[in-house]
Amino acid sequence: MTENAVLEMHHIDKVFPGVKALQNVDFTLREGEIHALMGENGAGKSTLIKVLTGVYAKDGGEIYLKGHEGPISIRSPQDAQKAGISTVYQEITLCPNLTVAENMFIGRSQKATLNWGQMNRETNKILESLDIPARANMQLSGCSIAVQQMIAIARAVDMECKVLILDEPTSSLDDNEVEKLFGLMRNLKAKGVGIIFVTHFLDQVYEVSDRITVLRDGKLVGEYEIENLPRIKLVSKMLGKEMNDLSAIKEAAGEETAAKDQVPLFEAEGLQSNTGIRPFDFHINKGEVNGFTGLLGSGRSECVRAIFGADRVVAGTVKKNGKPIKIRKPIDAMKQGIGYLPEDRKADGIIGDLSVRENIILASQVLKGFFKPYKKAEQYKLAKEYIDMLFVKTADEDTPIGSLSGGNQQKVIVARWLLTHPEYLILDEPTRGIDIGTKTDIQKLVLKLASEGMGVTFISSETDEMLRTCSRLIVMRDLKKVGELSGKDLNQSKIMSTIAGGESE
Amino acid sequence: MKNNSTGITGKIKSMSDTNLLLLITVVVFVLMYIGAVLFLGKGFLKPQTFCNILNENAALIIMSCGMSLVMITGGIDISVGGMAALISMSCAVLIDRKGGSLAASMMLALGIGLAYGLIQGFLVAYLEIQPFIVSLAGMFFARGMTTIVNTAPFNVQSKAFAALKNTRVYLPFGSVNKRGVFVHSYVEIGVLVALAVVILMFIFLRWTRLGRNFYAVGGNKQSALMLGINVKRTKFLSHLICSLLAGIGGYVYFLHVGSGSASHAAGAEMNAIASSIIGGTMLTGGVGNIIGTFFGVLSLSTIKNIVASAGFDQAWWSGITVAVMLCLFLVIQSIVLSRKSR
Repeated sequence: MTENAVLEMHHIDKVFPGVKALQNVDFTLREGEIHALMGENGAGKSTLIKVLTGVYAKDGGEIYLKGHEGPISIRSPQDAQKAGISTVYQEITLCPNLTVAENMFIGRSQKATLNWGQMNRETNKILESLDIPARANMQLSGCSIAVQQMIAIARAVDMECKVLILDEPTSSLDDNEVEKLFGLMRNLKAKGVGIIFVTHFLDQVYEVSDRITVLRDGKLVGEYEIENLPRIKLVSKMLGKEMNDLSAIKEAAGEETAAKDQVPLFEAEGLQSNTGIRPFDFHINKGEVNGFTGLLGSGRSECVRAIFGADRVVAGTVKKNGKPIKIRKPIDAMKQGIGYLPEDRKADGIIGDLSVRENIILASQVLKGFFKPYKKAEQYKLAKEYIDMLFVKTADEDTPIGSLSGGNQQKVIVARWLLTHPEYLILDEPTRGIDIGTKTDIQKLVLKLASEGMGVTFISSETDEMLRTCSRLIVMRDLKKVGELSGKDLNQSKIMSTIAGGESE
Repeated sequence: MKNNSTGITGKIKSMSDTNLLLLITVVVFVLMYIGAVLFLGKGFLKPQTFCNILNENAALIIMSCGMSLVMITGGIDISVGGMAALISMSCAVLIDRKGGSLAASMMLALGIGLAYGLIQGFLVAYLEIQPFIVSLAGMFFARGMTTIVNTAPFNVQSKAFAALKNTRVYLPFGSVNKRGVFVHSYVEIGVLVALAVVILMFIFLRWTRLGRNFYAVGGNKQSALMLGINVKRTKFLSHLICSLLAGIGGYVYFLHVGSGSASHAAGAEMNAIASSIIGGTMLTGGVGNIIGTFFGVLSLSTIKNIVASAGFDQAWWSGITVAVMLCLFLVIQSIVLSRKSR
């Protein structure tokens, strides 16, 4: 092992049926450093963490830990904990009904009886040494989420961990609480603990980390000192696109001038939902395709969910054709002519056991009211019409949708919303996990719908695809809207520099 | 969050849910008893009235302690009433018809409790069957077995048993009766057993590692597992202890009534659940206190006495009163807990 290193992972491989989740990944953690582990969806961050904590068995490679001769084997989370590798997850894994002191010590002591006085004294000592604003005899549920998070960390630290993994610890904290957590992290770093910090907030990475390891598609992209890796480079490494990749410039100036003086179809001002996104402004014109872009977890989906009323809106106004409207629930949005195709097709979209026909009719039937059902013949006619229009590959109208391929399922859901004749259609990741041919079909369909006067919002993780279809892009970073690009600004490098923010090269 | 532990609201906020609910229970019980003394006459002031409440409810106190333990762990056990009937009938037959000794009958009661605990605990903890379903089957089995052991109800005639049953423990206080003679108050043997169970269970749940594990598992099973607690074993033990206490409680019940009958202890499991809830144990698990449960039984029984002394002595009136009281407690609990979390 190299000097200062507390943990070294060499040539880690992990294969799932059909996917190489990790290929030959190296990772080194030094004593007393905060090491950010970065990567987009499917990069292999969580797989690497799970291999390290014994949730998954690795298929190749070695793990070395300071103080152990030779490679160590970790078969379960308990093994990892015994070896000194502790993990604090996003969700708090403590018992809310017990006191702070009990949560610190439960499951650890082997003695039959409890000495409350001693337990409370020791806990207070630990809490004080780490500057955690809590008392030993408080009930855990009386502490804020941030403090609970810190107590979980304190427990891990008190168990003499050498490696502390923080998996998205800040996602449910506000700015103030994040600051407190960072204070604790720096404190531990000074005590020599090696911290692996997994997050999708760029600002936070640059605020506390010493080094960054970037993964992409299961492979190691590189390990960098933080001062040698400007944000823009980090973003380009995560996305796998070079800065000078200017291939996809779109001339959309004509559309832009036409859009200037018309009243927007829908516009939102200071819209904010309970999911943590900052208030944002938004508008969409008739016949326009725009999109939200940003890294994973930057708040793309949260924005459109707020517009559709799928999350609870806490502030802001929405106008349709200049007149204020109220959207509290998805059904309100549907009545105003908004259709929304959700990000997670399996969980939010399809009803697997129902037939293609029933899945197509669903949203329209809800709008019409359940007391005025479509006649059977009419249902078949409508279903057939849309199946033909979108080239859905299905045996017939009565095939259960669950037996269709992903791409065809997606088309059926698009058909569902088209049948409600929306004036504005939101497509959140409609092309994820489907084949190239269907992707192109859907992109073409989006452009066709827009040319017929519909407003469309299109979200995709693939910037190429967004550049091909959208004439205006709203850029998100760390749950904030940080820019709006159109016309000649609409290119890969401009998008990346806006995502990275701050410094531009 | 911190620095506001001054004043009453601050004190309440810094209390744990368990202690807060205990406080409510005790306060309500005391108020209720004072109300009974004020409006229903001095009968309630006599020490023997209070002792009789204990005498009548010793078995229920023991069963409720076990029930609270299971509920704290996040489960439920509705077989305890049926077990009391089965134990009464079995012991009655053993002593009177088979010539068994008192010691043998006690062993039999404990044995039934142990068997129930092992089987129900195994089914709930290791096969992960819903505790409600498991103990529902247990209840039907116990009621059915009682009739199989002996169909007709009968009183135990054994002299040795009668001696134990009628043993009275006189207390150093009492009251003057109508003829002007000072009479010591007394409690039955079962009350001593019940008080011992309450104290032991209280200590067990407060000061032992295993005791706190029950709270952890009831509070959040997943977290408890991550914190290194053997969740399955903890659940198993909660049912084992509950059934053993139901065995003891069943024997104390037998000692109090001195007979065997298939209709004995009807609804006792529901009274045990109601007492636990009034005593501040939450059905959702993780919150509860044995001292609270003790006061829960006393409250339940006092309200029944009040209703009876007020002239509404039909069974349905006490049922309705208990229902109202239960609702009242649940409402108070949820209001207090939600105010606290703000």
